[in-house]
Amino acid sequence: MDNWTFGWTMIIVGMGGTMATLGFFAILMGVLKRIFPVKEEK
Amino acid sequence: MLEAIINGVSGLGAGFAHMHWSNPVMIVVGCFLLFLGIKKDVEPMLLVPIGFGAILVNIPLADLMGNEGFLRTIYDMGISNELFPLLIFIGIGAMTDFGPLLENPKIFLLGAAGQCGIFLTIGLALFFGFPQLDAVAIGVIGACDGPTAIYVTSRYAPHLLGAVSVAAYSYMSLVPVIQPPIMRLLTTKKERSIDMNAVNKSYKPASKNARIAFPLAITIIGGMIAPQGLPLLATIMLGNLMRESGVVARLTKASENEIANVVTLFLGISIGATMDGEKFLTSQTLMILAFGFIAICLDTVCGVLFAKLMNVMTGGKINPLIGAAGISAYPMAARVVQREGQRHNKQNFLLMHAVGANTGGQAGSVMAAAIMLSVLKGMGIIP
Repeated sequence: MDNWTFGWTMIIVGMGGTMATLGFFAILMGVLKRIFPVKEEK
Repeated sequence: MLEAIINGVSGLGAGFAHMHWSNPVMIVVGCFLLFLGIKKDVEPMLLVPIGFGAILVNIPLADLMGNEGFLRTIYDMGISNELFPLLIFIGIGAMTDFGPLLENPKIFLLGAAGQCGIFLTIGLALFFGFPQLDAVAIGVIGACDGPTAIYVTSRYAPHLLGAVSVAAYSYMSLVPVIQPPIMRLLTTKKERSIDMNAVNKSYKPASKNARIAFPLAITIIGGMIAPQGLPLLATIMLGNLMRESGVVARLTKASENEIANVVTLFLGISIGATMDGEKFLTSQTLMILAFGFIAICLDTVCGVLFAKLMNVMTGGKINPLIGAAGISAYPMAARVVQREGQRHNKQNFLLMHAVGANTGGQAGSVMAAAIMLSVLKGMGIIP
């Protein structure tokens, strides 16, 4: 694979994948907080 | 008899006779690293063993990195098989409180934006003619995370390990110098003065169960998305699970103290041992140091710009300064944000928000590396 293709793939898929995954984690954390609310423990 | 004495005396001077010009230079570099660690308190836990290792490996004829050398034994024990960085990660997980991040999950995105420097630097290194896997190792300095950089480099570009590790740890400790000018340049005085505590009163703390479920969920889902990086993700989350569960206090303490300390010693001295002058003193090393600097600047730029975007989208509820904390240098980057915020508004306490972004950056750097490895695997670049 040539460097041009490799570089752009890393930037687009790597950077995009990181943003998308952490965005998903952010939503997941919101869901976890709803499933396990603080009140429940009280 | 006289001949034997002459031969014996010549044996005592053999080390000097076999000295390459690069050896004394690297011994000075080693001493400089020791000076930074001991006198300037710059990452002493690492720079002291690294500096000493660099001195040892540049003493001719000792052959400490030869097949029988003790530095080679330590290196093979935990660097070439990537064990040491993973053990360090268990300790990091055990030390990290993801609570502030769980309180405001959307700032996890800042932890992603703070990793953009990795990928942009890979592109830059490729442009300057580095081979693909070398460019990946150079880019990962932008994770601003020593163990991640060591893990990736020792696996795919071991010949760059010394330069990449020194760059990663040096720039991490230089975060308080590198970041503030960029933060000031990219933000207005009004933005820097945003008091996030005043405009965000609805954050709810996470329950203990949510804190326990967090590392599990991240490991399982993150592992599914990027299985190549599961060792990185799993070890940091294992440490955090032990911390949050509260039932294995002895293991948690051992991970963050004894294990982390012993491994740090071995890790440091092994990294120093890769700094053999003949291999280390090249123009390539200087370029790696320069790219590492650029990577961390790009991380800061992307983090602050993304935080500005979030500020616009949330109607002025995000202080763009906290974007700079979306890197893995924990808790240094968060402290820098707090200090910068207070320069413009003494009553502005950004620390907890910055810590949230900073822990997001820590998880983000691991996830970025994991994704990078899986993309490489997907492209068939690595087996």
